[in-house]
Amino acid sequence: MNRLRAIFLAPAAGFTVLLFLIPLSIIIGYSFLTRGVYGGVTGPWTFENYQRLFDPLYGVILWRSLVMSTAATALCLLIAFPLALFIARADERRKNIYLYLVILPFWTSFLVRTYAWMFLLRDSGLINSILLSLKIIHEPLPLLYNETAVVVGLVYGYLPFAVLPLFSNLERLDKNLLEAAADLGAKPFQSLRHIVLPLCAPGLRAAGVLVFIPCLGAYLTPDLLGGGKSIMIGNLIQNQFTTARDWPFGAAISLALMALVMILLTALLRRDGEEAL
Amino acid sequence: MKLLPVFAALVYAFLHVPLLILCAFSFNSSKFTIWEGFSLEWYRAMFSDAQLAEATWNSLVIALVSTFFATIIGTLCAYGLWKRNSKWLSGSLYLSLVTPEIVTGISLLALFQWIFRYWQIQLGMHTVILAHIAFAIAYVLLVVMARLRTAEPALEDAALDLGATEWQAFRLVTLPILKPGIAAAALLAFTVSFDDYVITSLVAGVDSETLPMVLYAMARRGANPVVSAISTVIFVGFGVLILLSERMQKNP
Repeated sequence: MNRLRAIFLAPAAGFTVLLFLIPLSIIIGYSFLTRGVYGGVTGPWTFENYQRLFDPLYGVILWRSLVMSTAATALCLLIAFPLALFIARADERRKNIYLYLVILPFWTSFLVRTYAWMFLLRDSGLINSILLSLKIIHEPLPLLYNETAVVVGLVYGYLPFAVLPLFSNLERLDKNLLEAAADLGAKPFQSLRHIVLPLCAPGLRAAGVLVFIPCLGAYLTPDLLGGGKSIMIGNLIQNQFTTARDWPFGAAISLALMALVMILLTALLRRDGEEAL
Repeated sequence: MKLLPVFAALVYAFLHVPLLILCAFSFNSSKFTIWEGFSLEWYRAMFSDAQLAEATWNSLVIALVSTFFATIIGTLCAYGLWKRNSKWLSGSLYLSLVTPEIVTGISLLALFQWIFRYWQIQLGMHTVILAHIAFAIAYVLLVVMARLRTAEPALEDAALDLGATEWQAFRLVTLPILKPGIAAAALLAFTVSFDDYVITSLVAGVDSETLPMVLYAMARRGANPVVSAISTVIFVGFGVLILLSERMQKNP
């Protein structure tokens, strides 16, 4: 068996080493180097790029990314939990349709989904057009290019990531427990609070991490919906590799981002095991 | 608990209405977001745009080629890992799945720039295709692996006991069971490749502009009904593709 298995694994291993692990190692190396005069990287080795992460100028962007990702994750969980509950309680035939409807927009291009919000929110967009023509407002509201727009875009983009784990968690929930609670006189809210929520903790944790990670690394959403004042870590990284031409610093930010992602995932896997995801 | 269906309906509206509005307004005769009448003007503009046609062609070529390779490589890898797990390989592949796209993109860019210092090659279709195969393998692995978990290892053992070679056991016993999973994986690989902007824009050259790159540039420039028209075509196209694949999986 070993021979066939080795042949089968070889191409994937090759691609993974050459196009994932080596590039990542290059970035690790770059993060300890100094920016060249014309961009690029040169010696000497230094920790300065990591120290700059705490520079208030960049710290504020990192902080904002954390705050916005947390807000988007919290909103996703708040929206996804009741929806997952609704789907889990539907009858078998409808369940699939309801789930399908959650995933369907997900199959459309991410760019298209983000553009749909630009279309709704911009000054000449649909919401402003309607409000203006109804004479509710006299000047267009600044709905696009701010942090709220980015958070809405993130929630819109990653909501299915929260619904699916919560659904599979709620699906496995023993319905007898709820009946027992009701028989013993618990009100629906009480059984939700004392039975459903505690038993859904693993699902909530998985959903939270699965949403938080892509939010933290988001690039397109803040770029298109946020404008210059609401950029996030992803945009900062892109900026260092293009306009600013400071590859070592961009590499250091990338690795800080990767470290955050890995800490979150490891914590989740430690706590709930691999079936959590 | 009567509130639950109402809430669910609102969430579904939140998920679908923005896209439906976008589609509806692609048929608007006005350039502005006020409905003035039905028109196919933006679709005509879309089909007569040469740059758009080239980008769509590039995207299709890239997506088809990378889906082909990623599906084969990912399926073989899933099978190999199912036989016996290799922690570093499955770990790296899952890590690549959660790595932010921007980090994948810049690290690939760094790699290509580094190689090009020694060899006179430039960024282009080939670098985009390589990048897409690399990130699509993990998606294929995820889907095929899920299917393999429901497969029965004893079936292959039986085949081996009856004198099949290992290759025959794979080819004639397990592979047929995997078919629906492989089809789903290929569809997912195609979608992530066709849709990718972040990684592609970093490793693309002058001759390899893709549809998402053109769409992005148009969206950034401001309101443009042609973008709505393209969005509608992509939306409907993927919808049809998914329906077809569901059909195929139900009655193979």
